[in-house]
Amino acid sequence: MIEMPAIDWLTAVVFAPLAGAILAFLLPRQAHWVGVGAVVLTALMASALVLQVLTEGAVVTPLGNWGAPLGIDLRADGLSATLMAMTTGVGLLVSLGALNSYAHHRAPERMRRYFWPLWLLLLSGLNGVYLSTDLFNLYVMLEVISLAAVGLTVLSGRIEAVRAGLEYMYASILGALLFLLGVGFVYLELGRLDFAGLLAAPPSPALGAALALMVAGLALKTALFPLHVWLPQAHANATAPASALLSALVVKASLYIVLRLAQYLLPLSEVLVALIGLLGVGAILWGSIQALRAERLKLLVAWSTVAQIGLVFVAFARAGADGVAESWKAAALLMLAHAIAKAAMFLAAGRIKEEIGHDRIRELDRSPVRPTLAQLSFALAAISLVGLPPSLGFAGKWILMEGAMTSGYWHWIAVTMIATMLSVAYFSRVLTGFLRFDRQRTTVGEHQGWALADAAPLTLALCALGLGLLAAPILAFMNIGYPFGGAP
Amino acid sequence: MNNASLLPLIILLIPLCAAPVLLALPERSAGLRTAINLGAALVKVLLVAWLSWKVSQGVIYDLRWTVLPGLDLNLQADPLAILFIALSAVLWLITTVYAVGYLEKGPHRARFFGFFSLCVAATVGIALAGNLFTFLLFYEMLTLATYPLVIHYGTAAALRAGRIYLIYTLGGGLVLLLGTLGLWVLAGSTDFVPGGILEGVAEDTPLAAQLLFAVLIIGLGVKAAMVPLHSWLPVAMVAPAPVSALLHAVAVVKAGAFGIIRVVYEVYGIETAQALGLTTALAVLAAITILYGSIRALGQDDIKRRLAWSTVSQVSYIALGVALASPIAAMGALAHLIHQGIMKITLFMVAGNLAEGLGIKQVSRMNGVGLIMPGSMAAFTLAALGMIGLPPLAGFVSKWYLAAGGLDAGQGWVIPLLLGSSLLNAAYFLPMLHRAWFRQPDAAPQDAPVRRPIGWMLAAPPTATAALVLVAGGLANAPFSPLEWTRFIVTLEYSAEAF
Repeated sequence: MIEMPAIDWLTAVVFAPLAGAILAFLLPRQAHWVGVGAVVLTALMASALVLQVLTEGAVVTPLGNWGAPLGIDLRADGLSATLMAMTTGVGLLVSLGALNSYAHHRAPERMRRYFWPLWLLLLSGLNGVYLSTDLFNLYVMLEVISLAAVGLTVLSGRIEAVRAGLEYMYASILGALLFLLGVGFVYLELGRLDFAGLLAAPPSPALGAALALMVAGLALKTALFPLHVWLPQAHANATAPASALLSALVVKASLYIVLRLAQYLLPLSEVLVALIGLLGVGAILWGSIQALRAERLKLLVAWSTVAQIGLVFVAFARAGADGVAESWKAAALLMLAHAIAKAAMFLAAGRIKEEIGHDRIRELDRSPVRPTLAQLSFALAAISLVGLPPSLGFAGKWILMEGAMTSGYWHWIAVTMIATMLSVAYFSRVLTGFLRFDRQRTTVGEHQGWALADAAPLTLALCALGLGLLAAPILAFMNIGYPFGGAP
Repeated sequence: MNNASLLPLIILLIPLCAAPVLLALPERSAGLRTAINLGAALVKVLLVAWLSWKVSQGVIYDLRWTVLPGLDLNLQADPLAILFIALSAVLWLITTVYAVGYLEKGPHRARFFGFFSLCVAATVGIALAGNLFTFLLFYEMLTLATYPLVIHYGTAAALRAGRIYLIYTLGGGLVLLLGTLGLWVLAGSTDFVPGGILEGVAEDTPLAAQLLFAVLIIGLGVKAAMVPLHSWLPVAMVAPAPVSALLHAVAVVKAGAFGIIRVVYEVYGIETAQALGLTTALAVLAAITILYGSIRALGQDDIKRRLAWSTVSQVSYIALGVALASPIAAMGALAHLIHQGIMKITLFMVAGNLAEGLGIKQVSRMNGVGLIMPGSMAAFTLAALGMIGLPPLAGFVSKWYLAAGGLDAGQGWVIPLLLGSSLLNAAYFLPMLHRAWFRQPDAAPQDAPVRRPIGWMLAAPPTATAALVLVAGGLANAPFSPLEWTRFIVTLEYSAEAF
């Protein structure tokens, strides 16, 4: 038997982008090549890790050979590998989109220079979150992510962006503090922070309070209603690739931690479950209403993120209510679907803005330019976010509603349906305009504005739609290592 | 899996792959677009003919792809699927010719034909769906694909119609999703199986089964335009004539009716549905729709609107025949799926010709049009008489079987219902015919639009479908007529002792 070369993919996927970030920072002129190279490399490593998880099951690496509870373990099970694959896959395509848009459109020097180091730092932090197995490590990684994310928000240098970035930073710092407070409580109570230790600990009021604190911090970071105020402006005013990364990936890190914590610090208390569910419903309603009222395309897309996050929290509440593994899986699928579709949508919105010159929804149908492919990508992404079959979003909603119906929770079914209807309503505001009605008096240039840059959003949108057909194998893969409980 | 078994998938992929190509073609390459349109439609007709032959030999195609644990996308070519897919294939070809002629100089042809093709792909999927889950997928796709067609002209009225259409059909789709989910939870399967899958559930929890039926029928009834879910249909007639023709004959309303057939026969099974009292409820609903639609049609002056109300009424014949729970009525219902399609498509195409050629859109202005457009009006007359139910036309055959089935099932009230409906049909169609043939043309008003001669692409399609009306009625007993094919289906759906 041939011995596998002992490359430790877990460490590699965290440190490769970090090294890339430093290199890109040091070589500003070559930043984009270093950046894309590092992302491609990370994606290849992530693929290797996915393959390893697929063949060998969950993988654990003690960092520096210390091991829990003293040292730091990195662990990849099906769920973390899935999210990592999602992150690197989406990240790769966004990078290609960014390469194009920052190269060809005379972006300010600052953008070209700092986008890549920040994004690579973000990638490193995200992979770190997915692989961490202890709370302190999670906290550190969260801070890395926040730092990079705030940087990406203000990258455009416009005053609105800087203002939004500041708000985002405050929210992020507060969220991190709450999380750290919770971590402190856990340490006082148990004297250890690794997941295995948490799993073994008997439930106590102190742990419950710690969990509530941590969830509150994460809710702030992931913009759960009514802690969402920073998100729409931050996501709408960033440059398109940055918005895509922020909306698709950054919020997922916090959602992922909530999902993990709920697994290890179980059970979520009844009050917390009810509160999460209620706030989720609030997010769906408020996010949708604001999306219905938004006048700018990117703002609409950002508000739809608020609503979609609400739906994920509804799934959490559903799952927390009686610890059904299926609903956790539904939440994970919804996160995956949202990441891919929202990245596609933000990139497409960016392309539309680039070609038409503005993103005022009312006037989108009056332009002589017709960015057909970007519009198509937007439409396909919308189909997935609405959750029409056979998209990935549909698979998530189906499992969610199936679980709710089996246990007779009709109100969750009603909520899901209302969320679906509302999303149709706000997306159709945009989509109807795409079908151009000759409001433009001048001749319509035909099929102008096809560009290579359309490839990234289109690929993402097609993935969001088509991956629903692979929902069964994806679910099976996510379950490797029993991240949703039910471990033997 | 041998090669032949991919045939249903190939038939589905033809319009599905044609759509993006058509959407991407530049507006000016009209020749290439027409070639792709007609080529795809022609190939599809040939493949469907081949598929029908195979199925008539007893082959059942069954393709599966697992989406979620236990939940498959399933394409299945059984005799019932063939009935619908044959209708869609033949009428797609004819409507394509018509649409090419109709929109010759119009704007947005690339978009139109792209979505037209998608719409056809969705009907193929609906026909071939082997379970309710797959059906739902294509049902939603049909909604999305037809929306741009309904609002094609982009006028305020069209946009309003589109909004109403979207609210109704997406709402219906959501209700159907709920129903599919309910079926999945109750029965652990959504497969279409002759004889149904709910026998056990109906015995254990009859109330749940009844409730589920109501949900499913609401979800499907929206597209089938059953009262009180019909309001979108008369509004949606602002669409271009070829779209209305397809909407009323094959695509949308028929998708709903076809779904009702599948649900009653292959989800519940006719015996279970009868035992639960569901068929009676459905029959009553259908009867109300039949009368209400006809009565409303009487008062419409707009030709297309009158035809739309007539569709509301006529499509519910299908639901009625299904609900009567008699094999003979079932034959009438299934045959009407085809017969109504070919008759109504003729009427809409001629209505389009009147509007295009003469600028006539109202019944009150139809005076003497028979003398100006004898060919088109002859086709119109044939189809209208068929709708009324004059022998030996297609509509007569379906009504005859429905009536006989009503007697067979001991539901005598069906006879006066059908007679009353036929009288109403006559009351709104005969005045149109009278005006067209027996009155002198009005003196053209000053602002009358210029008459433009309609080309063969507009004239030939209604003539062809009118000929089908004659053939389907006159040769109803010949092998491979729609009626004979329904006999084949009904023998599968009803257990042998019913004959």
